[in-house]
Amino acid sequence: MADILVYALAHEGQVNKNSKGAISEAARLAGELGGEAHAVLVGTDLTDELAQQAGAVGATKVFTINAPEGIAATAIDGIAALVEAKGYDWVLFGGGLLGFEIGAGLAARIGGGVTVEVTDIKVDGGKLVAERPIFGDTLLSHSNYKSKGVIVARTNAFEVKETGGTASVEAFDAPIGAAAGQVTLKVRGEARGADVNIEDASILVTGGRGLGTAENFSVADSLAAAFGGNSAVAATRAVVDAGWFPYAGQVGQTGKTVAPKLYVGLGVSGAIQHKVGMQSSENVLAINKDENAPIFEFADFGVIGDLHKIAPALTEAIKAKKG
Amino acid sequence: MKILVLVKEVPDAAVEKTIDPATGQIDRSGEKALNPYDTHALEAAVQIKENGADVSEIVAVTVGPDSASRTLQGAVSRGADRSIHLSDAGLAGSDVVATGYALAELIKRESPELVLLGQQSDDGGSYAVGSVVGEFLGQPALSQVVKLDLAGDVITAERQAEYGYDTVEVKLPAIISVGDAINEPRYPSLKAIMGAKKKPVEKLTLADAGIDAGKVGTAGSGVDCSDFQKPASKSGGTIITDEDTAATVEQIVAWLDERKLV
Amino acid sequence: MAATTNGHAPAEFPPPVDPINEFIAAPEAGEDEAIEVGVAIVGGGPAGLAAANRLLQLLADDEELMEQLGEVPVAVIEKAKSCGGHNLSGAVMKPGPLKELFPDEDLEALPAIRHVNEKDAVWWLLDENRGINLPGPTPPNFKNEGNYVTSISQLCRWMAEKAEEAGAYILTETAAAKLLVKDDAVAGVVTGDKGRGKEGQELGNFEPGMEVHARATVLAEGNWGHLTGAAIQRFNLSEGKEPPVWKLGAKEVWKTTEQWDKVVHFFGWPGRSNAKWHETGIGGWVYPYGENLVSIGIVVPLSTPDATVSAHDMLQTVKQHPKLKGILEGGERTAWGAKAIQGGGFWSQPKLSMPGAVLVGESGGMIDMASLKGVHMAIQSGIIAAEEIYASLKKGQKDMTSYEKAIADSDIVGKRLFQVRNNMQLVGGSSMPFNLAKAGLDIISKGKVPGGRKSNHRDAEVVQSIPKKPASDLYPKPDGKYTFDKLSSVFITGNMTRDDAPSHIRIEKNVAREVAETWKWMCPAGVYEIPEDAPETGNVDVIVNYTNCVQCGAITARGGRLTPPEGGDGPAYQVV
Repeated sequence: MADILVYALAHEGQVNKNSKGAISEAARLAGELGGEAHAVLVGTDLTDELAQQAGAVGATKVFTINAPEGIAATAIDGIAALVEAKGYDWVLFGGGLLGFEIGAGLAARIGGGVTVEVTDIKVDGGKLVAERPIFGDTLLSHSNYKSKGVIVARTNAFEVKETGGTASVEAFDAPIGAAAGQVTLKVRGEARGADVNIEDASILVTGGRGLGTAENFSVADSLAAAFGGNSAVAATRAVVDAGWFPYAGQVGQTGKTVAPKLYVGLGVSGAIQHKVGMQSSENVLAINKDENAPIFEFADFGVIGDLHKIAPALTEAIKAKKG
Repeated sequence: MKILVLVKEVPDAAVEKTIDPATGQIDRSGEKALNPYDTHALEAAVQIKENGADVSEIVAVTVGPDSASRTLQGAVSRGADRSIHLSDAGLAGSDVVATGYALAELIKRESPELVLLGQQSDDGGSYAVGSVVGEFLGQPALSQVVKLDLAGDVITAERQAEYGYDTVEVKLPAIISVGDAINEPRYPSLKAIMGAKKKPVEKLTLADAGIDAGKVGTAGSGVDCSDFQKPASKSGGTIITDEDTAATVEQIVAWLDERKLV
Repeated sequence: MAATTNGHAPAEFPPPVDPINEFIAAPEAGEDEAIEVGVAIVGGGPAGLAAANRLLQLLADDEELMEQLGEVPVAVIEKAKSCGGHNLSGAVMKPGPLKELFPDEDLEALPAIRHVNEKDAVWWLLDENRGINLPGPTPPNFKNEGNYVTSISQLCRWMAEKAEEAGAYILTETAAAKLLVKDDAVAGVVTGDKGRGKEGQELGNFEPGMEVHARATVLAEGNWGHLTGAAIQRFNLSEGKEPPVWKLGAKEVWKTTEQWDKVVHFFGWPGRSNAKWHETGIGGWVYPYGENLVSIGIVVPLSTPDATVSAHDMLQTVKQHPKLKGILEGGERTAWGAKAIQGGGFWSQPKLSMPGAVLVGESGGMIDMASLKGVHMAIQSGIIAAEEIYASLKKGQKDMTSYEKAIADSDIVGKRLFQVRNNMQLVGGSSMPFNLAKAGLDIISKGKVPGGRKSNHRDAEVVQSIPKKPASDLYPKPDGKYTFDKLSSVFITGNMTRDDAPSHIRIEKNVAREVAETWKWMCPAGVYEIPEDAPETGNVDVIVNYTNCVQCGAITARGGRLTPPEGGDGPAYQVV
C-alpha cells in the first residue's frame, strides 16, 4: 500500500511539532510512492480542530482512537489494529520518547523492521529507505526494509510544511489489550523548577556537566548578563537531572528546541540528545576542557580550556567592550 | 520476586568504533566492555533487593558471541546470582525486532516479575529493544526511566518525556529500561569479581532455548542495516587551545565582533 | 654542566611520600574478609604473565600442591583495564623464552607478532638533513634476524587469555596499593580503593581495597614498581648497588603508503653530540609492524641537564629527518604511547628476592640496554621465578634466594646483563665518535674491554636549567597531521581516567622554575603545567593534570613519585 500512516502525538490541544514534521515528510514520500499521508491521533479529548492541525501540514485523512494518551501499550494496540484494518506498509513517527516506545513495539506486532533516530528517508524501488547517523554521527547507516516497517525520526529531523489542506476525520475503534491495562499515567508533562524562557532568547548561555556544581551556574548567569539584551541561561539534561537547573531551561531531545543567534556552551559535551535541540543555532561557541567533547565537531568556535578561567575573563572583556 | 537484567557487550568507549566494510557489521575485534547503561540496570536491581523487596534472585542475560562470557561475568560481579548466555552463529545480522524476539524467548523460560535493561547501548543505541521484548511477552514496557519505586507488585517510574516529567505506575510483570541518571553504579568488590567466576552460567544455543531460527539472524530480520556511508564532512569550525587566557578571550571577542554578536 | 651556571636539581624538592609507612602494611583482615590466593602476581605484563602461565603448567601436573593452594592458585593483579593496557615497548624480541613457555603454539600466527625480521640497518643521523647507514656488518647488538617485532600490549592480552584458560584469576582494573609484610616476610598485597573523590573522600560508590593473602608474591610491576620501590627500601635490596637510572621512550604506530621491511635502529640527531648535554644516549627505531604499518620510537635519557628535553617532542622532531620522512610521509598515525625504561642494567639491579617474594622483569632491572631488549628477559625471568617459587612452595619455605642464583646462572638473563653491564654508561660518557668506539669494543669483547665498574648518578640529582639554545628550539609546531601535540596524543591512548579521582602523583608542588620546566617538558602527557602568572625565576607552584597521566613513570626518575591510579584508569593501549 502506498499510503503512509503517521502517529500524531497531541497534548493539551496541540499536535506535536515533531509529529507535524513527520506528517509533512510522509506527504512528500507518499507522493513519490503514489499514495497519501494519513495521521492517527490517540487520546480521550480528540477534537476536529486538533485533527485539522494534521490536515494543515499534509495529512489527507486523520483517524482518531479514543484511548488514554501518553501510554505506549495503549497506542500500540490501537495503531496496530488500524494498520491491519487498512493495510499500511509504513508507519512514521516524529522524534520523542513515545515515538521510540510505540514504534518499536508496533514493528514487533506487525512483523516489520524498525529504525530509530532517522534523519533522512528516501524512496527506492517502491520502498522506503531510512538513513540514520550512528557512532556519534560519524557514520550513516541505511535501513533497507524487506517489505514493511516503522521509521522513528530524530527530534527536529523533518521540517513542518503548512499546506493549508484539510483532512477527512474518521473515528477508529480499537480493542485495547491486557498489557495496556497494567499501566496508569499518573502525571504527564510535569515541569520541575522555575519557569524560564529560553526559546525566545537570541543569545543563550548553556551550562553543562563541566560547570561542576549547581552554584557554578553563576558563571553562566554572569556571562549572559554581560551580553545583556535578549540573553538567557539554559542547561543540558545531565544538569537538569542532577537538579542544578529547572527543567524548563533544558535544551535537547526531551527538552526545548532552540535556535538563538549565538549559543554558548560552557562545559557542554554536545551529546546527540543535546545537539538535536540546538543545532539550528546560528553561531555556536563552545568552551570545554575535554578536547574530545563532541561539541567541538559542530562548534563554529571552540576553546579547549578551563571554563572557570575563561568564562569570567570573557564576561569582563564583554562588559569592558560595552563600556 | 525474580529480576532479569538484560546486558550487552559493546566496544569499549575508549576504542574507535568502525564498521567492517566486507560484512557491513560492526568490527568487534577491539576491546570490549559491558554497556555502561546496563550497569545502571544492574545497580537498580541490586537496590530493589537492598531496599527490602523480596527478591529471590537476579539473573543476568545476554545474547552475543562466546567471547561475551567475560563481560557477562563482569555483569554478574555487579550483583547477579547467575547468568544466561545465548550464543549462536544463527543470530548474526539480527535486527532489533529479531534480537528482542530471542530475548523474549529466553525470558519466557524464566518467567521473572521484572525485567530491567539499559535504555540504549553504546554501539547500536536504539532505545527500542525493551519495547520489542515487552511486545513479544505481552507485557508493558517503559523506557528511559530515571526514578523507580517498588511497592508490592506496582512500580512507580519517572521519566522525562516530550512535555516534562511523566510519572507512570505499572503493575508487574513489566519491562523497564533505565537511563543513566537513575543511580550511580557501585564498583564491584574484588570478592564479587572473583566470585562471579563461580556463579552458574547457562550457555544456550538457539535450539537449546527453543528459539525459531527462522525468526532471527539476517533471514529473520525485517530490516537490513548493512549499508554504511561516511557523512559529507562539514567544514569544521575554529578550535583553539587555551594557553594564555587573555589572548584566548581576545580571540573569542574578535570572533563575536566579526559576527556582530556583542 | 648546562650552559647557564644557575640551576636546580629535582632532588632538592623531595616528594611528600613515606613509602615504608604508606605502602607497607601488616595483614589485619581475617580469613573471611581477605582473599586467600596461592601466588599473587602484581602486574600483568610479559614477566608476570610468563610466571602465571609457567606456574599453572607446573601445577597442572601436581594435583597435591594445586589442592593446597586453594580456590585461587594464581592471581594476577593488573591496574589497567586489560592486561597490556599500560604496556608499551619497541618491541623487537628474541623469541626463545616465549617459545620455551608455549612450545605447542604457532606464535608467528598471533596478531601480537607483527613481523618476523629478516633485514637490519643502523643509521647515524648526523644532523637534520644528513644520515648515514653505519658501514660494515651490523654490530652484534643490533642484529635482529629471526627476532619478532611484537606489539607488547597485544602479546600481554594473549598471554593473559592463556593464563586464564589454565586457571589463573586475572584481576584487571585492580591496583596493588600496599605490600603486606608479616614476620619480615611478604604476605601478599592490599588492592587499591575505588570511588574516592578529589580530596580522598569516599564517594557514594566507594569500594574499599582488599587484602590479598598469598603464599608467594611476584612483583612484576615493570619500569617503575610502586610496591617494588617500597620493597627495595623495606628489605634493603639496593644495598651496595648503583642507583637506578631511567630513560623515556615515546612511540607511534603509522599506517604507511608503502610496506617498510627493515628493522632500523638510529642514533645521533636530534641529540646533541657534545658530551655536556648527555644526549648521546638518544636513539630510536623504525620497525615493520604488519601490513603497511610501522612503529617508530625514540628513547631519551632522563639524566639530561637541559630542562626542555622532551621525548614526545624529540619524536616529532626526528620524524622531520629525510630518512624517516621518506617512510612515514603520506601515512597516518594510528597509535601513540610513552613509557620509561630502566636503564641502569647490572650495576643498578636490586637484590631479586626477599622472604616470600621475588622481583621479575623490568622491576628487577632486567633489560639489555645495549641491544634495546627486555621482553625476552622479562619472560625468561618469569619462567625462572615460577619454577623457583614452585620448588619453594613444595618445600613450604619462604626463602626465595634460589631464584637469585637461577637468574644469575641464566644465559639469557644474568650472564647477558653482566656482559653489557657497562655499555650504556660508555655510550653516554663522551662525545659521539668516542662513545661509539668504546661501546663497540665493550660489545665485541663481551664486556671485558674496557671493563671495570661504571657508576650512575641519580637522574633526579642532575641540575636542570634552560640553556641559551635549548633543545626545544628544534621541536616542530604540531600540525595535527604529521606532527602532534601531547594532548591529542594522550587522547588516542583511550585514557579514561575519572575526572574527580584523587591525584596519584606525588610531587612537591612548590619548586624552582627550572625543575617545573623540566617536568613540564619531560612529561609526554602534559601532566605538569606552570601557571601563566608564575614568576620567571625562583619557586613556582606546579599544576598537576593527573588525569592526563599515561603511567609512564618518568616522574619517579625525576624527583617525584608515581603511585598507581584507581584500577582501570590510565591509558588503554591497544597495539603499542
